[in-house]
Amino acid sequence: MAQKESTFFSMTATLFVVTFVAAGILGFIHDLTKDDIARAKLKAQKEAIESVLPKFDSLGNSYKVLPQDGVDSLVFFPAYDTNHQLVGTAVKTYTKKGFSGLFSVMAGLAPDGTITGYEILEHKETPGLGAKMVKWFKNASKPKQNIIGKNPGTTKFQVSKDGGDVDAITASTITSRAFLDAIVRAYKTYEGSQQHQEATKNQPKEGGQS
Amino acid sequence: MNQLQNFSKGFFKENPVFVLLLGMCPTLGVTSSAINGLGMGLATTFVLVMSNVVISAVKNFIPAKVKIPSFIVIIASLVTVVELVMQAYLPALYKSLGIFIPLIVVNCIVLGRAEAFASKNTVLTSTMDGLGMGLGFSMALTMLGSAREFLGSGRLFGITIFPEDYGMLLFVLAPGAFIVLGYLIALIRRLRKA
Repeated sequence: MAQKESTFFSMTATLFVVTFVAAGILGFIHDLTKDDIARAKLKAQKEAIESVLPKFDSLGNSYKVLPQDGVDSLVFFPAYDTNHQLVGTAVKTYTKKGFSGLFSVMAGLAPDGTITGYEILEHKETPGLGAKMVKWFKNASKPKQNIIGKNPGTTKFQVSKDGGDVDAITASTITSRAFLDAIVRAYKTYEGSQQHQEATKNQPKEGGQS
Repeated sequence: MNQLQNFSKGFFKENPVFVLLLGMCPTLGVTSSAINGLGMGLATTFVLVMSNVVISAVKNFIPAKVKIPSFIVIIASLVTVVELVMQAYLPALYKSLGIFIPLIVVNCIVLGRAEAFASKNTVLTSTMDGLGMGLGFSMALTMLGSAREFLGSGRLFGITIFPEDYGMLLFVLAPGAFIVLGYLIALIRRLRKA
């Protein structure tokens, strides 16, 4: 076989050519796919917002709020109906307490802070265990584990083992704690934000709220 | 050896997982369900065929002493191209396979076949080898994933066979991967002897 001899020059030249061509191809492909990747990500985000909020007409400008205890800010997507009334806010929240580190959740909050839905955006939890959180907390037939329609202000958003009102995923207490941490973070940050205060100011106060 | 043999040896005679015991890291790591195993297998197959083609085409221009670094650059570039294209045009598939794609770079089957086969054979032979090895790898991963998913959570490709509460959690977790792999290797060895 006519293999090239390994001299200093041939080795340097070969490695240079190989890496140069590789860099060129990668740069080209990156340029080619850049816009489509951004579009796909945006589309996925929009679908997640639609699935966690009640039906809305238009999305307002998104804004970022820094949670009290965190370093990374949460992204807020306010949604309005045809009369420009706030129907809810989707909050892109996260937790760092997952069994396999960080995971991010899109949470839907009604103007008063009631959870209208959630969608797991990214996670690395164990399949068959922690990964069950994708559906676990929105099972309407099991009121103890369902969080949809509950308000973290009135319901204790902690796993029952810690004295809370939410049933943890079987054998995945760490993931469950982390998930609730993400939701509570979204709720607390939302409560502290400008928009919530405006929303509650405009709404007539209902009597008998605890 | 004819081309058909080059293709078929990957399934049984030289199956990368059951016989060569290559690529154990992704094998044990991603096979918690049948669909994950199949996805990882097919993604690897694609990269394997591409890298075998490219490497067998350029083999004569690469001096022996810088073979490995050159191959790694070629493989890593191919994987990145696959990742970018998938992210742009197949976002749903990317979402479920995304975390496995970068793992292909460090999958020793790809480098192993590049070094042991593609650097010594023609483009056509190497393509057949890559295809056979890749599909053999996919087959092994799907078998392992199916067994673990079935025993661990009572499902097969996401379809419930028996209630999840009766599943043996152990098989979804890491130790189950080793146990199932051990039994499958034993089974394949028995079949090969017969």
